[in-house]
Amino acid sequence: MNVDSPDFKRRAKRALDNASLQSALTATRGAFAARRAAAVAALPEFEALRDAAKAIKDHTLAHLDFYLETYAANVERAGGHVHWCSTADEAREAVLAICRGVDARTVTKGKSMISEEIALNDYLEANGVQPVETDLGEYILQLRHEAPSHIIAPAIHLNREDWERAFRKAHTDRPSDRRFAERRDIMVEAREELREKFLVADVGITGANFLIAETGSSVIVTNEGNGDLTQTLPKVHIVLASIEKVVPTLEDTTSLLRVLARSATGQDFSVYTTFSTGPRQEGDLDGPGEYHVILLDNGRSAMVGSEFQDMLRCIRCSACMNHCPVFFAVGGHSYGWVYPGPMGSVLTPALVGIDRAGNLPNASTFCGKCESVCPVKIPLPNLMRHWREREFERHLTPPVVRANLALWAWFARHPSVYRLATRAAARAMALASRGRGAFRRLPFAGGWTGGRDFPAPEGETFFARYARQQRQQGRNPR
Amino acid sequence: MSREAILGAIRRGLRRGPVTEDTALLLRARLALHRRQLIPARSRVPRPAQVSLFLKNLEAVFGSFTRVADAAAVPEAVASYLAGHNLPFAVAIAPHPELRDIPWSERPLLALREGKGEAADLVSIQHGWGGIAETGTLMLPAAPDRPTTLNLLADTEIVVLRASRVFGAYEEAWDALRAERAGRLPMPRNIMMVTGPSRSADIESTLELGAHGPRRLHVVLIDDDPEAKET
Repeated sequence: MNVDSPDFKRRAKRALDNASLQSALTATRGAFAARRAAAVAALPEFEALRDAAKAIKDHTLAHLDFYLETYAANVERAGGHVHWCSTADEAREAVLAICRGVDARTVTKGKSMISEEIALNDYLEANGVQPVETDLGEYILQLRHEAPSHIIAPAIHLNREDWERAFRKAHTDRPSDRRFAERRDIMVEAREELREKFLVADVGITGANFLIAETGSSVIVTNEGNGDLTQTLPKVHIVLASIEKVVPTLEDTTSLLRVLARSATGQDFSVYTTFSTGPRQEGDLDGPGEYHVILLDNGRSAMVGSEFQDMLRCIRCSACMNHCPVFFAVGGHSYGWVYPGPMGSVLTPALVGIDRAGNLPNASTFCGKCESVCPVKIPLPNLMRHWREREFERHLTPPVVRANLALWAWFARHPSVYRLATRAAARAMALASRGRGAFRRLPFAGGWTGGRDFPAPEGETFFARYARQQRQQGRNPR
Repeated sequence: MSREAILGAIRRGLRRGPVTEDTALLLRARLALHRRQLIPARSRVPRPAQVSLFLKNLEAVFGSFTRVADAAAVPEAVASYLAGHNLPFAVAIAPHPELRDIPWSERPLLALREGKGEAADLVSIQHGWGGIAETGTLMLPAAPDRPTTLNLLADTEIVVLRASRVFGAYEEAWDALRAERAGRLPMPRNIMMVTGPSRSADIESTLELGAHGPRRLHVVLIDDDPEAKET
């Protein structure tokens, strides 16, 4: 997928001015958070489960080579094939070779972020294989030639009218005067259209939420059942997974599943949690004859042992973006690549380079909500801070920002001047506000005052007040 | 080759070579022991309460159930469910011995077709391998007599489940599965854990039932477990 992250500021501006997008975001803002909060409140052990989930992932990452080899051996024992791929190119080629091996014409697809990462659809289409997205949200995005804007609710940026328009345009053999009285009618039409695709597909491609070393299984978690139809009906099932998806045992997987759905959609458990292990076994009446796993690295192995290793714990639940004020202001497309929100702001620079994704770790208020809801306790704000430091060290930060940081640093290293300057500024601003307590407009702060007032200082700096209060309590403020 | 490149990069990151034989022994022991972690207290209750919890959670996710005293009562329960929902009496059914033992002939209007699921099926009857009380989840491992397509293609899926097969937590089901599979591959080709009928919230984040899989999920629970019966 193209990396449009360098263009973040322009895209964010456009998103803020896009009334239809803002209406879609407003309609869902808060809903995810409320559902998660209810699910968490209903499970007293949730916090302890977060610790368990984090520990499982940390243990696995510390022995990632061992668990990947064990996993691969167990896939092969069950009659499946593992294709180790360092790059997106290798992964695409491996998928195409498998499709060609069975003369595939159409491929159904369950939802997979790895597929977006390696831009699989365009590649298959260019090589004569027609991919069909079957997740409801991904299906309309394919019709609209758009990328997902959220990792589990890919069409979160669309309104009902967008669905109706796309369906009328695409399903031309249906009566043009048909009515979509309810959302349900849209879903029924998609169900009928896609049912035919499921039945004729030669290959089914799914992602994986987990790979289990103990058994050689891949796990997908869905609500629609599209992933199951995708992997059950065709002759061949291809699993797209990245290397950090592996976990040791069924019990470890179970612990992670207990936090996944609750963090994601606020369900106790998703409707379909499906474990796939190899091809059809003796006597089975259904299921694919071939089972392949594309095991993709694409930059992740370089994160092992680095300050960004914690990010490899991510189980892609989307809680961080669901609670992010920046995400709900600018939407997922502004981020310019596959992964939006806080997890994307940490992962994207690692996978595509900080030179191209430097805007993302800066697009944060550091409110810390993402870290507080992360089921595997990834210190997301801290990791974004690491990226800002790297960006600064490599002189990728814009000159104006660098100059201002240098100015601030000079003051910070000269405390007496700093206190003098802040005291003068606080007094001046208090006077200028004429007791109204806030500014409507302020020089150099148009970005702030364009949308809200700027609170005016009361005349005393923090240092001065702190020292005064300490003295009042008879302590030495130093 | 990419396999060596990936493993090599991971080991460089971890500042070590391949795991030592001592470490490998420990890790293999961890896999072999597959120790349980934290199991939520909600399912740690006496048998009757576990079965009630299963049924309560099933209803919370928009599944439904009929509870019957024995296998002989299943045809009646199925027929009245189908009639109550205006559904056809033509049914695709799993070729499982437990389902074959049910006296279906008492309801001659039920037209059963044994085998896997087909595109035109409106109703399927599946053999319930197990239920998990913690979340009202059905566990349906693929087998020659339990085809996966029966869980997917029909509009209405009916699962016949014995109360003795209702587990508290997932971990108990894993142990039962491991015991059953001893001497074979550890896992069947596919295990579906099904928690309610198919749904989607992709259109304006609003929940709608019946996305791609069954629109209705009904469990016929046979009270075969004296310890699980309500007193």
